[in-house]
Amino acid sequence: MRITEHPILDFKRGEEVTFFYDGQELKGFEGETIAAALHAVGVRVLGHSQTMHRPRGLFCAIGNCSSCLMVVNGEPNVRICVEKLKSGMRVETQQGKGCLK
Amino acid sequence: MPKVKEIEILIIGGGPAGLSAASAAADLGASVLVLERDDKPGGQLVKQTHKFFGSKKQYAGDRGYQIGNFLIEQCEKNPKVEVWNETTALGIYEDGVVTAEGQGKHLKINPEKIIVATGASEKMIAFPNNDLPGIYGAGAVQTLMNVYGIVPGQRVLMIGAGNIGLIVSYQLLQAGVEVAGIIEAAPTIGGYLVHASKIRRAGVPILTSHTIIEAYGQESVEGAVIGKLDEQWQLIPGTEQDLKVDVICLAVGLSPLTELCFQADCQMKYVPELSGHVPLRNKYLETTRLGLYVAGDVSGVEEASSAMVEGRLAGICAAYSLGYGNDVAPKLQAEALAELSELRAGPAGQKTLKGIIKLMDKGGAAC
Repeated sequence: MRITEHPILDFKRGEEVTFFYDGQELKGFEGETIAAALHAVGVRVLGHSQTMHRPRGLFCAIGNCSSCLMVVNGEPNVRICVEKLKSGMRVETQQGKGCLK
Repeated sequence: MPKVKEIEILIIGGGPAGLSAASAAADLGASVLVLERDDKPGGQLVKQTHKFFGSKKQYAGDRGYQIGNFLIEQCEKNPKVEVWNETTALGIYEDGVVTAEGQGKHLKINPEKIIVATGASEKMIAFPNNDLPGIYGAGAVQTLMNVYGIVPGQRVLMIGAGNIGLIVSYQLLQAGVEVAGIIEAAPTIGGYLVHASKIRRAGVPILTSHTIIEAYGQESVEGAVIGKLDEQWQLIPGTEQDLKVDVICLAVGLSPLTELCFQADCQMKYVPELSGHVPLRNKYLETTRLGLYVAGDVSGVEEASSAMVEGRLAGICAAYSLGYGNDVAPKLQAEALAELSELRAGPAGQKTLKGIIKLMDKGGAAC
């Protein structure tokens, strides 16, 4: 959920853009991270761990912890907490470790 | 661009310490390059909406993000400072070459002096299901809320009543999020009582001598069980409470981000008062690897106010060692050292000072 009124901050959001999350069309704002855009529409589970299949979500939000890896435009292991959203992006849940092309 | 970038002073990290170091060194005449992994410098100041304490020299009364903007402007208007955003330092080699990754390219930099100002990362604590989505570091909650304007959830349990736990709880209330409570394993509140009082007045309970027993939820957090601790920090049976929350926020401290210092072969020491392994350094912040300085949380976790002064001190010392500011540098160094003593005069500062004494005592070095 997005904050509309805040006593101190005035959020200057970028242009509204469309992106795809596992094929589903969603809206977000340019300039925010993919993680922020997903969180804003209620997506908190970003994937599952490989061996124990435990749900994985955002933890540090500044690119330290690698808990938020997803496939973006076909590229695996993207830290979506620091990768900025762009119009038309395809964001997909990652299965396995991903492979180099 | 030439194959190897030559520069007088390389600063790794563009947060409060790094930016302060950059303008201090450039003001004395040195050429400076700052590496910043994010797309904009400022570090964690960007998400700090509270007003700073200290004295006017450390921007007391201004909000953290305003201070961040001021430091960025100061660097932008100084032609001696260059900032490379989206660039992550990778290694510091024996011959002094620093490698970095920026925009998908492998970069090489050959600096005369290095200032490491990489900051700190959040600590984790152990409890069942601590990996569930909805369990966030306090910094992550601030990023979502104060940078992107997105609430982390509906109802939050805050773990840790240090300054970060208290401040972020208040920021959650400002964003319209309910805070179910703040728990703190220690018998007393760690942060400033002025922050604690504000939160209690807003109706949020602060439970000292309380810990989290477990988190639960199917795919993400649905609740937490907490309990009271006795004087030996053991759980008192029968005191368990079940809290329905969808977010658990961890504000349990920070660890210095010292990987580069380890890799550069600085002599390191574990100092609990400074929150982890830190490099040995003299009072001018130079490590055992000559020409490599540290400033800010990487040299011991404190607050942004002291990080800025340490940054300034390291910047002055690095420039002075290159022959800049011979007439003014000693005076500026003395001023910065006096400011640091002033900032560390309070009770929290005593712990830091105890830690720093251990650091300067080379006899006890580990590693």
